[in-house]
Amino acid sequence: MNLPHNYEMVIGLEVHAQVNTQSKLFSGAATAFGAEPNTQACAIDLAMPGMLPVLNHAAVDAGIKLGLAIEATVNPVSVFARKNYFYPDLPKGYQTSQYDQPIVEHGKLEIEVEPKDGEPYSKVVNITRMHLEEDAGKSIHADHANVSYVDLNRAGVPLMEIVSEPEIASPEEAGAYMKKMRALVRFLDICDGDMEKGNLRCDANVSVRKKGIKEFGTRCEIKNLNSIRHVMAAIQHEAERQVEVLEAGGSIDQQTRLWDPDKQETRTLRSKEDAHDYRYFPCPDLLPLRLSEERIAKVRATMPKLPDVLKTELMDAGLPAYDAGLISGDRAYVAYFAELSQGRDIKLAANWMTVELFGALNKLDKGLEDSPVSAAQLGGLVDLIASGKISGKIAKQVFATMLESGKDAAAIVAEQGLGQISDEGALREIVAKVVAAMPDAVAKYKGGNERVFGSFVGAVMKETKGQANPEMVNRLIKEAVASR
Amino acid sequence: MTQDILTLSATEALGKLANGEVSSVELTRATLARMEARKHINAYITPTAEHALAQAEASDKRRKEGRAGLLEGLPLGIKDLFCTNGILTTAASKILHNFVPHYESTVTERLWQAGAVMTGKLNLDEFAMGTSTENSAYGNTLNPWDESRIPGGSSGGSSAAVADYQCFGATGTDTGGSIRQPASMCGVVGIKPTYGRMSRWGIVAFASSLDQAGMFARTVEDAALLLEASAGHDPKDSTSADLPVPAWSKNLQRDIKGLKIGLPKEYFIDGMDTRVRDSVMQAVKRFEAEGAEIVEISLPTTKYALAAYYIVNPAEASSNLARYDGMRYGLRVEGDNLLDTYIKSRSEGFGEEPKRRIMVGNYVLSSGYYDAYYSKAMKIRTLLAREFAAAFEKVDVIMTPTAPNPAFKIGEKADDPISLYLEDAYTVTVNMAGLPGISVPAAPVEDRGSLLPVGLQIIGKKWDEQTILQVAFAWQTMGGVERLGWRG
Repeated sequence: MNLPHNYEMVIGLEVHAQVNTQSKLFSGAATAFGAEPNTQACAIDLAMPGMLPVLNHAAVDAGIKLGLAIEATVNPVSVFARKNYFYPDLPKGYQTSQYDQPIVEHGKLEIEVEPKDGEPYSKVVNITRMHLEEDAGKSIHADHANVSYVDLNRAGVPLMEIVSEPEIASPEEAGAYMKKMRALVRFLDICDGDMEKGNLRCDANVSVRKKGIKEFGTRCEIKNLNSIRHVMAAIQHEAERQVEVLEAGGSIDQQTRLWDPDKQETRTLRSKEDAHDYRYFPCPDLLPLRLSEERIAKVRATMPKLPDVLKTELMDAGLPAYDAGLISGDRAYVAYFAELSQGRDIKLAANWMTVELFGALNKLDKGLEDSPVSAAQLGGLVDLIASGKISGKIAKQVFATMLESGKDAAAIVAEQGLGQISDEGALREIVAKVVAAMPDAVAKYKGGNERVFGSFVGAVMKETKGQANPEMVNRLIKEAVASR
Repeated sequence: MTQDILTLSATEALGKLANGEVSSVELTRATLARMEARKHINAYITPTAEHALAQAEASDKRRKEGRAGLLEGLPLGIKDLFCTNGILTTAASKILHNFVPHYESTVTERLWQAGAVMTGKLNLDEFAMGTSTENSAYGNTLNPWDESRIPGGSSGGSSAAVADYQCFGATGTDTGGSIRQPASMCGVVGIKPTYGRMSRWGIVAFASSLDQAGMFARTVEDAALLLEASAGHDPKDSTSADLPVPAWSKNLQRDIKGLKIGLPKEYFIDGMDTRVRDSVMQAVKRFEAEGAEIVEISLPTTKYALAAYYIVNPAEASSNLARYDGMRYGLRVEGDNLLDTYIKSRSEGFGEEPKRRIMVGNYVLSSGYYDAYYSKAMKIRTLLAREFAAAFEKVDVIMTPTAPNPAFKIGEKADDPISLYLEDAYTVTVNMAGLPGISVPAAPVEDRGSLLPVGLQIIGKKWDEQTILQVAFAWQTMGGVERLGWRG
């Protein structure tokens, strides 16, 4: 269901991306997912008396990378602040975050939107800021008993909070924004981007207003959306709810709401009146974070070429937009393709990667990183095709064997005797024999029935077990028929 | 024999340990016996006799093997704000009544690395909040000069123990004067180095941007030596400075001729205790007689310093004390639900003063008040630091009284938190500006029939502990420092 035609949505997204550092933002404890509860929490994470934070500079570098990738300002000075509130999964009684001086400001992200009804389009969404902060632990509430459990493995894990301007106008745009952001952080290798594991989460600020009105409506914030599907559905339902309230003559209360995917509705978590006063102040245990030009340049030098740039380059090299977009959107794809296409026909290489390889991996339910066929191996196969050693048809057969056995294409071709026959003398003999054995067909062909040509080809292929060079066969058949 | 060795300075005791006149075990036994005999002073929360003797034995063995450290075999007391591995660490609070850390603070770790022996954990005001050691959950400490009086605070256990020969030196922490003021009250030497000189790692945090560890000793050379053994960069504390530690104790001689001493007029005002002023001015005159040049200076922002301090300090404290919530360690009082458990644990666990500071701190940080209070207080801090820096363009050291009065009677100010806060008036500026300061005994004064020590505060430039130690040493050499006679 869409909104009534006279309403529009105003959406801002706050994405929480877990930085994929080995250790926490302010302690040396590990960050691996799925460990036994409370086995990855040291004295600092447990907020034992006298413990002090030490900033993890790998997380800072990740922040710089994101800032550069979204063409933002990476601030020379940023400040960690304490956000004070009590909860058992927040051992210190405050979260160390950045408040009025974040590390990154004024960025942008170009998204490609594919609406259900309508033409695809692209749009630039401005990014207000990105700051670094530590995650809280996890509270597990046992329903049956009057107890709760706390797992502090996640406490202190570094997060990037990326806040967009309220410039997103539909669930589709929100979905496209999330997809693009996920691809970007993965591409930069700063976040695993796995929403199921919670290392990419999103809060959506949603308001509606009548078209033509400039002022924003009162917004509600939907917390902790952990899949793109949920982001889109929650926004749609929340906007519809707000329109219903307004149409009934009511007004929107500024609230924090939760999305219930089972009931497909949002419900109130707390209203503005219950909002915490977090008593932010600069954390006196940490010095202001100062980033020199040199440091930023050093990080920049380690960054890969970004997807948008790569896509343009691949298109300039002759790839269709779809293939270029697909290959450039993932760092593993880019690396694979770089090796595969090195010194080879780029279109042929792209075709084999995106159609044959991806098709096969899809069926096997495997990612490229688990591909049984390496880029070098696929390259070997492409070489055999390009040099005419095997036909495209044989190549598919060889590829299937490669997937199963992990062997090189050349070895399979040799073992199974699949090498294409390009020996003109040998082929000429075979063709002559075939043509001689089909006088009726020759007559029909000469009488103008070109369709019988295929039966010559079929017969030659049968004779050569499909290994004859098709172009050569065509030419030799034409010569043989003409000479009769 | 006992009195002879216990009244030695740390440096003298180390000399006798080195030439074999006395063993660490003998020194430690004598100290432990003194602690037992003088238990009523209540200097220690947790004496650690067994631990001390084990350390002393190990020390004697090391010395025999020729592996003696800088403080080899020396019995020291530790303020119970320093976390000590496997040993109860209370911060004088009920909320940590059962807290045994599994780690050692950097400062104490360095002392043990240098061969020192721990006699026990010393009393203090709860979480170092106070100026009289009356705010301890483990009872107040008596001033050995006059047992009806307070020993100063918050490090009152440390100052009393050092003055009363219950250890050869002690650690302290100083957030607004908590080393210098009790040193002044008990007639011992107390030094707070530059902020960032000592690691704060493993010290129960009070107000992080002001807290700094330091040392109590009976002589200036002892203070220099103890500081030397424990100062220096610690990668575990982001605010600790990566600077080399000078050999302060080997460079104490200095010609006073030409030394420029600044006297800030804001510290010598009408209405101040004239006995304190006279005692300090007597010392200043003596320096002048030795050839020093006395320069009157002005630090006009001083009048706002105490107010600003009592904003920054509770703000940081309110946040630092949030971790004591009954969830993971320390006192937990079960309630009907989470909020009730928080309220009960913290209500029973914290004493009056921490509660007062938590409330003030939360207030000044709350939205709508932040700019009026915290933000403004931080600006005052900047101004203070600038004024001091400008003053040090003209002078080498600044001299002031350490405290506005000699030790007062126990209970005398207990119902008046503001007058207790005023005890910090001369010392907080040094913390606010992050400077090094030392208190050395000036001439004692009479108060209601008792002779009581008065502290001379010497303030130095940032990172220039050497100069204030030299000036303090000169004062000691002039015969200025008078120790408490043997009691009991």
